[in-house]
Amino acid sequence: MTLELQQIRHTYPDGDRTLVALDSVDFRAAAGEFVTLTGPSGSGKSTLLAVAGGLASPESGRVLIDGTDLTELTARQRDALRAQRIGFVFQQSNLLGSLNAVDQLRLAAHVAGLPLRRAGARARDLLDRVGLSAKAERRPHQLSGGERQRVGIARALMGEPALLLVDEPTSALDHERGAAVVRLLRDLTHEAGLATVMVTHDLQYLDLADRSVRMADGRLFSEPSARTGR
Amino acid sequence: MFIAIRDLRFARGRFALLGGVIALMTLMVVLLSGLTAGLGAASVSAVEALPVDAVALQEPAEGQGPSFATSALSSETAAGFDGASGVESAHPIGVATTRIGGQAGAAAVALIGTDAALYPPIERGRTPGDGEVAVTADLAAEERLAVGDGVSIAGVQLEVAGITEETSFNHLPVVYTDLGTWRDATGIEEVTAVGLTGGDIAAVAGTVVVSRTEAFDAVGGYASEQGSLNLMRGLLLGISALIVGAFFTVWTMQRTPDLAVVRAMGASSGYLLRDALAQAGIVLVLGAAVGGAAAAGLGALAASSMPFVLNAATFLAPIGAMVAVGAVGAAVSVRRITAVDPVTALGAAR
Repeated sequence: MTLELQQIRHTYPDGDRTLVALDSVDFRAAAGEFVTLTGPSGSGKSTLLAVAGGLASPESGRVLIDGTDLTELTARQRDALRAQRIGFVFQQSNLLGSLNAVDQLRLAAHVAGLPLRRAGARARDLLDRVGLSAKAERRPHQLSGGERQRVGIARALMGEPALLLVDEPTSALDHERGAAVVRLLRDLTHEAGLATVMVTHDLQYLDLADRSVRMADGRLFSEPSARTGR
Repeated sequence: MFIAIRDLRFARGRFALLGGVIALMTLMVVLLSGLTAGLGAASVSAVEALPVDAVALQEPAEGQGPSFATSALSSETAAGFDGASGVESAHPIGVATTRIGGQAGAAAVALIGTDAALYPPIERGRTPGDGEVAVTADLAAEERLAVGDGVSIAGVQLEVAGITEETSFNHLPVVYTDLGTWRDATGIEEVTAVGLTGGDIAAVAGTVVVSRTEAFDAVGGYASEQGSLNLMRGLLLGISALIVGAFFTVWTMQRTPDLAVVRAMGASSGYLLRDALAQAGIVLVLGAAVGGAAAAGLGALAASSMPFVLNAATFLAPIGAMVAVGAVGAAVSVRRITAVDPVTALGAAR
């Protein structure tokens, strides 16, 4: 098991009251499994990603990644674990404007403390894998939306993660490009044996997932069998 | 410095603008430092050149400081320092502003009458005796005076016996002579001050003893002149810190979404802080170096026509100060990086 959330509770202050973002959530994602997470806005999807990735600490519960409990780590240890074992793919890719495609990936290696010389070769391999080897020197503004998202995916894989957390990667793409990105994520998940959790609003991509989970009001609404999540 | 270097290349226009501002501020601070030192030398270099430990001046009125312009010590008072406690040697000094007439016309000078032991090094000729003077090199060049020439001071005919190294008193070139000749030329019996060597020297009645460097403030206008110039230098450095701080505040705010992404990727706050400070350091050092080089060139040109001193204190120190205050401004601005929340990289929080 790569990712396991046990009885996670997380709240936010909301004016005079407290908003329960995650309420006693149990969740698992195994190595080689591509899981989609759907639900209305405010249902807790992004909070679950933040907690699973060690960006936010839950009020209670355990977050296990390959058996390591994130809630027992210091902030510095969580940073290091994120750099080495967790890859994030963000909405609209969130690439740095000053870096070309290959440097976006080399930055991830630099953050993870990997040697930059070796990182260059791996970055080019990954760009080749996502079909962008010819555009390795281009900056984000010289790439299309789909290309930027594919650079973001390659960047998330630089640290050789065990867990890939994907936050609405198709929100700025048309259906054809969005489907291509989701298929790429699924294929990479299976090839590399990653545990991938993808938040999406778009139900048409659920057929591509191994398993789909719905959230509502901070709870996992259901965890049906593969490709029956709608 | 992975991100820093690439940001500098990518946003080179913005950073060139900041570097240009830093260069201009450095140029102004270095020029002002050279001018401050130059004006200071023009004001007090004759006092600075005195080989004494302390200077005795007439005790000032209450609420005022000692002054060469108003000090007058009788021969008896001056003689009171001979053999006094802590005094190794005492040299009466007469200082007066007058005019010297020579072959090229007349010029205002400070006439200093004292023992030969207090004269600055004689570059040409010999130490002047009775009825003779030694003029500074710049005065000799300006008035076309040479050893052996006759000059007139207040109607008294004197001969130039020597040319000394350049000194000034209250922005006037100095003419040195012995105390007897000084009294003949000025008609003043009292001396202005007493130059003293020794330690723990107690003042005699009616006098105040100050160190040689403290005596600079007794030269008319020196303290206020230096004070206002130093205030301007301080303000320029303060403004520079604010400019650098403002730039990096805006720059950090603009890139906060990017920083949140890099934090989410696993970078620590320290990683981002080091990167940002290195970026600021590169811009500061390059800007200050360019400004300093320009100031050195302009200063060398200006030195021939205005009081300007270019040395380590007026060149390297202001450049170092500019980099230091800029670094403080940048550090205060980029510390907000530590508050960047990586959660904001996720969609729901954006």
